[in-house]
Amino acid sequence: MSTTSRYHAPFGPAGAEPVDAETARKLLSTALSRGGDYADLFFEYDVAGSYSLEEGILKAAGRSVSQGLGVRVMKGDATGYAYVQELTPEAMQRAAVTAAQIAAGGGAPIPTSFEVPSLSARYAAQHLSLDITGESKRELLLRADRAARAADSHITRVEASLHEELREILLATSTGKLVHDRQPMVRFSVRVIAESNGKRQSGSSGGGGRMGLEYFEQKSPEWHAKEAVRHALAMLDARESPAGELEVVLAPGDSGVLLHEAVGHGLEADFNRKGTSNYTGRVGQRVASDLCTVVDDATLFGSRGTIHVDDEGNLPERAVLIENGVLVGYMHDQHSAKHFKVTPTGNGRRESFQSHPMPRMTNTWLLGGQSDPEEIVRSVKRGIYAKKFGGGQVDISNGDFVFSLTESYLIEDGKITVPLKGVNLIGNGPDVMSKVSMLGTDFETSDGVWTCGKDGQSVPVGVGCPTIKIAAMTVGGTQMG
Amino acid sequence: MIEYDIDKLMELGTKVMERALKKGASVAEVGVSEGTHLSVKVRMGEPELVEEAGSKSLGLRVMRGQQVAVTHTSDFTEAGLERFVDDALELANLAQPDPFAGPPDPALLSKISQHPDLQLFDAAVNDLDAARAIEIAKRMEKSALGFDKRLTNSEGANVSRQAGASVLVTSGGFRGGVRGTYTSLSVHPVADDADGKKRSGYYWSARRFADELESAEAVGLEAARRTLQKLGSRKLDTQEVAVIFDPDAGRSILGLLASCINGGSIWRKSSYLIDREGQQVASPLVNVVDDPLIARGPGSRPFDGEGLLSRRNSVVESGILKTFILDTYSAKKLGKKSTGNASRGSGGGVGPSTTNFILQPGKLSAQELLKSTDKALYVTDMMGFGFNAVTGDFSRGASGFWIEKGERVFPVSEVTISLNLDEMLKRIDAIADDLDHRTSICTPTFRISSMTVAGR
Repeated sequence: MSTTSRYHAPFGPAGAEPVDAETARKLLSTALSRGGDYADLFFEYDVAGSYSLEEGILKAAGRSVSQGLGVRVMKGDATGYAYVQELTPEAMQRAAVTAAQIAAGGGAPIPTSFEVPSLSARYAAQHLSLDITGESKRELLLRADRAARAADSHITRVEASLHEELREILLATSTGKLVHDRQPMVRFSVRVIAESNGKRQSGSSGGGGRMGLEYFEQKSPEWHAKEAVRHALAMLDARESPAGELEVVLAPGDSGVLLHEAVGHGLEADFNRKGTSNYTGRVGQRVASDLCTVVDDATLFGSRGTIHVDDEGNLPERAVLIENGVLVGYMHDQHSAKHFKVTPTGNGRRESFQSHPMPRMTNTWLLGGQSDPEEIVRSVKRGIYAKKFGGGQVDISNGDFVFSLTESYLIEDGKITVPLKGVNLIGNGPDVMSKVSMLGTDFETSDGVWTCGKDGQSVPVGVGCPTIKIAAMTVGGTQMG
Repeated sequence: MIEYDIDKLMELGTKVMERALKKGASVAEVGVSEGTHLSVKVRMGEPELVEEAGSKSLGLRVMRGQQVAVTHTSDFTEAGLERFVDDALELANLAQPDPFAGPPDPALLSKISQHPDLQLFDAAVNDLDAARAIEIAKRMEKSALGFDKRLTNSEGANVSRQAGASVLVTSGGFRGGVRGTYTSLSVHPVADDADGKKRSGYYWSARRFADELESAEAVGLEAARRTLQKLGSRKLDTQEVAVIFDPDAGRSILGLLASCINGGSIWRKSSYLIDREGQQVASPLVNVVDDPLIARGPGSRPFDGEGLLSRRNSVVESGILKTFILDTYSAKKLGKKSTGNASRGSGGGVGPSTTNFILQPGKLSAQELLKSTDKALYVTDMMGFGFNAVTGDFSRGASGFWIEKGERVFPVSEVTISLNLDEMLKRIDAIADDLDHRTSICTPTFRISSMTVAGR
């Protein structure tokens, strides 16, 4: 715990009104007063800063503070949830009473004492970006602006932004767990517009993670500025993309978005508990080509999707989901783990105190393979090389998914040739995973930019993969033949 | 029970505004909102989730001369508010002077007496309790799953309501407040398909007033029909063909236009429509309005996020772009006047946005439009984010039906549809009359004469 930070949750150990075991016991006892199998209290304090530069100046600086308590009561498969923003004793009691309504009968015991699990050290909240002077953050943005403008005379606009955040949580459960964590985050992004011969294109680059401004020791503002410029200039020459089924090669790192959509969501156990995923009941079966091993790994130091503890107090590690093409297991929250009679994998996450937890991914990796990445490209007669991604979406029930490319190239006779306009790829999860025909030795993780949405809740995630060859995927371009 | 007391919210807003001015702000604008929400979910006949809460938050925009900061808080303790205002002013010092920053001309600000009653609040929605919501959700799911034995599972039936009030108080002298409600029903049945895949479908109804909602039974039946219609979905061959958008899919296409006529995108040169005012941007059949004054409209409001009186703006007339959507800042940047479209985000920032943004209905019924179509992909769902506003390039995943000689022949999934948005809007060759005002951006069914559909 840091003692130097200006930012502490009022309910946390360093706050003005720390929530002690007695307060927690009292609220849990109200929550379970009408019965129920389980209850938890989720206190959250979230403070965020934002700085945005446009037209050469820091145009606006912003700050937001959000805090509150979410009370959950479970009875069988039913959940009662209530939250309050005001952390007065009366307001907290009111939330506990409201959440209790769901239960009728049953009745879990109230813990006599709490166990405080020790957490790993996967990120550090000692040196928060929020505690650094605004001037130094302004300078980071101005550096990106100068570098982008200096990089090429076709750059007509530069936008840069820095987002910083501290999320402090305190969780108390009726099973006797009491967990506290401080989760830092920074995210930096640069977007530029290039103009030439009446054509206009944008390019972008971004990154970050669970850390402070030490992020910029890994990648400087200048690095992101130059990358955004390179992207925009490449797109100025982009041609219409082909339409139809083609071979597709995905660049390492951010292409992990494909995994996230194609298999990740379908392996979140809530869908399988309800029997609404196409991976339901398929543990032990082949669901991908035997090259594929997929893990959900909450442990990578400082990664955007990394967590010490999930939002139900369980401790996530590295869970193997698919091993050599065979489905090994799902990602669980407490509810689905109970249903499947397995140990929770620590994937129960929630957007904020205003929402109930669900099984969610942390950092999802497709592990590297044996092929030389250049050999993979050389093996393609005519196809697409996908380099940068805009995001994706999946229909859980049938596994159909899309993801959009913001930078891609044609591959002709084993060589990467012309840049292509933005295009969507569409496929079916199990089908595409069975068509993974080569994996590179060049596994990479994404830089911290990805946010995953499910049922209206957003959580930060990481993705990662090597160069991937997919034997055939539908490319949604406009050029026939 | 929260009372949505507008006077009390204004009192709080005024207190924060005065504190900011006292501490050195030259402009202070405070938005305060308060609300409650209830959301229930029933799955396979059993309640699965009851979520109930109240919330209150305050957004502040301050200026020190031309320096701007935007802040937001839900901590209303005296000490919390004190630090909040201090932080805002410190951040304003950090921002660099923006020559275009500034509040609207006070002469343009509306008075409370001018604010029309748009019927945005329904006490019946506000009174909906958890027990009644669960009962409605059960009936809805039962009606869906009881329709056909192939409907074997469910992602659940949801009933939700939200109610609240928001006020705006500015140092330019504006004061205004509104109360509103919104409620929705939705259900997602799941069917087993012959190929071992599952097919999920859904249907929903949403309104500000409870008595305007479709019945739980009707929503359930329509969801069942829509889910069953997806059984046996297949890909199409890659081809160029007409594409029909139903109102749910059409709404996302119109949403893309909304983002491209937004004044913020225009001055940022992040829209393919810059410099296109007065020019043809869509087929002559296309008329688009932004109308905040529709009684009971989901996007209706009596005044905008800066206190200007709301007004109806005709955005596209017979395919000609008549105006962009502007707030004070974007108007200044473009040398124009605000169109009364400022919106205040939850973070306290201000920018232009549409209100009720509507593609005006045509004369054909949706059935007649379908009957008049020789061959088309009829799109009911789209997936993904494939749109580049700078160039207008559009490519998205789609599913729906294959139409031949005016009839649905088979369901389609796992294809993409692509074409530049500029060209898409110009190729609209039929618009139906089935406009349903469930959401603030809405369209009737319409047809585009030709797009690239990529499949096998």
